[in-house]
Amino acid sequence: MRFILVFIAVLTFVPQVIFASPKDIILATTTSTQDSGLLDVLIPIFEKQSIYRVKTIAVGTGEALALGRRGEVDVLLVHSPKDEMEFVESGLGINRRPVMHNDFVIVGPKDDPAKIKGKALLSALKFIISYKSTFISRGDNSGTDKKEKNLWEKVGAKPEKGVYIETGQGMGETLRIADQKMGYTLTDRGTYLALKETLDLVIMAEGNKELFNPYSVIEVNPAKFPKVHSSGARAFSDFIVSPEVQEIIRNFGKEKFGQSLFFPDAK
Amino acid sequence: MDLIIGGFKEALNLLVHLDRESLSITLRSLLVSGSAILISLLIGIPIGTLLGLSRFPGKRIIVSLINTGMGVPPVAVGLAVTLFLWRSGPLGWMNLLYTSTGMVIAQVIISLPIVTGISVAAIQNLNPNLCLQTLSLGANKWQLFIILICDARLPILAAIMAGFGSVISEVGAVMMVGGNIKGHTRVLTTAIVTETRMGHFNMAIALCIILLVISFLINLILTYVQQKR
Repeated sequence: MRFILVFIAVLTFVPQVIFASPKDIILATTTSTQDSGLLDVLIPIFEKQSIYRVKTIAVGTGEALALGRRGEVDVLLVHSPKDEMEFVESGLGINRRPVMHNDFVIVGPKDDPAKIKGKALLSALKFIISYKSTFISRGDNSGTDKKEKNLWEKVGAKPEKGVYIETGQGMGETLRIADQKMGYTLTDRGTYLALKETLDLVIMAEGNKELFNPYSVIEVNPAKFPKVHSSGARAFSDFIVSPEVQEIIRNFGKEKFGQSLFFPDAK
Repeated sequence: MDLIIGGFKEALNLLVHLDRESLSITLRSLLVSGSAILISLLIGIPIGTLLGLSRFPGKRIIVSLINTGMGVPPVAVGLAVTLFLWRSGPLGWMNLLYTSTGMVIAQVIISLPIVTGISVAAIQNLNPNLCLQTLSLGANKWQLFIILICDARLPILAAIMAGFGSVISEVGAVMMVGGNIKGHTRVLTTAIVTETRMGHFNMAIALCIILLVISFLINLILTYVQQKR
């Protein structure tokens, strides 16, 4: 009896250690690509076409880049241009290529207490501050979070501590909190559209060039980190910028949401 | 209210149609937590028995440490295990991060103190003469061990149920060590988080119901064994 139990215990262990597949690649990406459902469409296609299996961890750009800097992941799909360029310049990332973009929007409660609907972006943010409206921030070093901090810098001020709520979580959760607390928040259009039906938030400000949200794919440099599965990373990177996949990205969401969630950017 | 009813409907729907993904998520939960509690009881009950029977300086400190271990937050265990299993970490060569095996390891660490600590208390609660009597009847070490844990069956099974409950329901460790990767390391608890994040509330509630029902069924069996006359 005892031996059967030990046997089962060993069985759980051995396969992973011996058969740890060199065909497994780890993709670190943002919560917006995950929560919008895009990766659930793309990953199975990639796995069918190639010999690789993709393990996607949706952690937010900040953590993704931190993992990349340690060589813990193989390829990144992130959206924070300044940090991405630093990452590549430091020699830790290679082959950064634009994949797609969408835009950020400011969303808020239907009755718009700060009356910002239709106002220009920076003006709208100033009104949020002066009306002491609740503003929900990602607060998690993600691409969205960095863009939001960047916008406050441009405004030259920030909402007061009491009304500025940092969730430290992904876009989905943050939108839900904004919804429940009836506050404003910055979100990428993709995640907002994917969750729109379950939220009472509406778009308040959009279209400003500051709200441009580009995503890039970056491979972690195998020269710096020998354990990186570089061939798999390259295969995924090539896959996501390929014309066929770019077309899939262009059409993603059209049927369900009436508009594209992401716009392809690869040349 | 409509969400709860919707959740029940969805759960029934999933069960009737044997939704492949939900099935695999459920099986994975059972496999990971089941393996973890199995390993924990194979290690924990013997160690607990040994500790319960022995007397040595520093015994109370050791037992205190074990009892403290019962309350360590699963997410902290997850973080610690992740640090070890990272490619750059000491055990990185084992390639266990973002795997089910890694999750089992983390869950063993979570449940082992519970099983061990309660076993110590269970053995110490036995009549001290039982040990002497059994040995005087000519029992060897193994037979003694079996007699003792059979006699302490009630609290020891409680230990197993407590240990199992602690791992089937935790989300912090499996999220960190497993990564909640669809098709590879997603379990019931992490799936509930994901479905909620994506706004699929009925699905999230359905998964909660499945988790609770399974937990109940397993505890039902264990309780029957525990309460057998």
